[in-house]
Amino acid sequence: MNWYDFFLRNHSEVFERSVEHVVLVAASMAIALAIGLPVGVALVRRLTLQRWVLGAANVVQTIPSLALFGFLIPVPWIGGVGASTAIVALALYALLPILRNTCTGIAGVDPAVVESARGMGMTPRQVLWQVQLPLAAPVMLAGIRVATVISIGVTTIAAAIGAGGLGVFIFRGVAMVNNQVILAGAIPAALLAVVADFGLGALQRSVAKR
Amino acid sequence: MASLNAPPRDGLALECRAVTYRLPSGAPLVSGLNLQVKSGETLVLLGRSGSGKTTTLKLINRLLEPTEGEIFITGRAGSAWDPIELRRGIGYVIQDAGLFPHWSVERNVALVPHLERWPEERVRARVTEMLELVGLPPGQFATRRPSELSGGQKQRVGVARALAADPPILLMDEPFGALDPVTRADLQKEFRALASRLHKTIVFVTHDVREALYLGTRIALLTEGRLVGTYSPAEFLKAAEPEARAFAASLHVGAGTGEVR
Repeated sequence: MNWYDFFLRNHSEVFERSVEHVVLVAASMAIALAIGLPVGVALVRRLTLQRWVLGAANVVQTIPSLALFGFLIPVPWIGGVGASTAIVALALYALLPILRNTCTGIAGVDPAVVESARGMGMTPRQVLWQVQLPLAAPVMLAGIRVATVISIGVTTIAAAIGAGGLGVFIFRGVAMVNNQVILAGAIPAALLAVVADFGLGALQRSVAKR
Repeated sequence: MASLNAPPRDGLALECRAVTYRLPSGAPLVSGLNLQVKSGETLVLLGRSGSGKTTTLKLINRLLEPTEGEIFITGRAGSAWDPIELRRGIGYVIQDAGLFPHWSVERNVALVPHLERWPEERVRARVTEMLELVGLPPGQFATRRPSELSGGQKQRVGVARALAADPPILLMDEPFGALDPVTRADLQKEFRALASRLHKTIVFVTHDVREALYLGTRIALLTEGRLVGTYSPAEFLKAAEPEARAFAASLHVGAGTGEVR
């Protein structure tokens, strides 16, 4: 039996796990964006604080994902076995590229443009929304794209703490020493990553063109 | 709210009284500056790099706040103005134009009228008028992006944008500094004609003494953040101060390659 036969025979579970996977990624990205974008904007001009926050996010990034999932299990409120712990860990992972690209994207906007915007009498809010964010958007989207693709990969490991997703097949396949089962999880996960990368890449290019 | 358009009682559009601006480190960029700009004149701030010219401009539109002293705009202390409202009443043109690259020429020019919530029809009419004024046919240029313009055209759009809401005061920070000499000469000529027609109070920053002599009704010479003196162009060439003589002498470097004006 090759993996495709396995895939066909178990298509309803593959579909179910794929949906779980997408939900985990979407939920964690939503949290990471809700925190990362405003914090990134707030950090643009606070360089010392920015170094500390990006440093901390960097440290989080260096923790092996399986260990991070493990660390979070005993934490009250967010911990425990299941999807919510996984979502918190995934959001922590996605934070760094979002924060970093928000900061560098806004800092990279031509200072002459920002100065003329202020000099013409735009309020700080108008400068941010009408000038800085639109011009930083391609760089910020690049960060979101990287975060999403990483997150789709790391989510396969979330199965280890009972969060579900396509990792379920991978862990099951490893336990059974069965490559077909591993591939039934790995191939849809890879496809999701490719589709997300392509879609966000297209969005990024269309925003850059505007 | 006082209006910038109210004619100043003493004929002074701008006045700096003992203005000092220091960096947080304590280093002064402008020291004890006293300067008066009459309504309708073109005052050129001339000086070397680092002489405090640009800082002075930014103090006028409150992009920077004086450490000491006060700047009066149409007789009213700068600190009494709402900075946003003040800036909308003062046109501002900088060296690289600072156009918004993600907006069309039209939208760039319409910036301040939009901020001031003019009705859409009035904005459109004004944009057309401004583009014609700076010699850019609206039919050809209105929908272009800044990236589709030459350096000289960008600077024309920069001037059109600064004039769009009809501000009585115009601040220009080396607007023609990055242009090739031929384009620069064209724009200087047109700008001089425009300035004499529009009766704006203009403060113009440059380090180019020829430009200062050509465009200025008066020249204020700065060195190391201090005012050396103010002169008419004719007085400037005869001035005795060493810094003025240094600038006047620079006119003759490479003499024979072209005329002064």
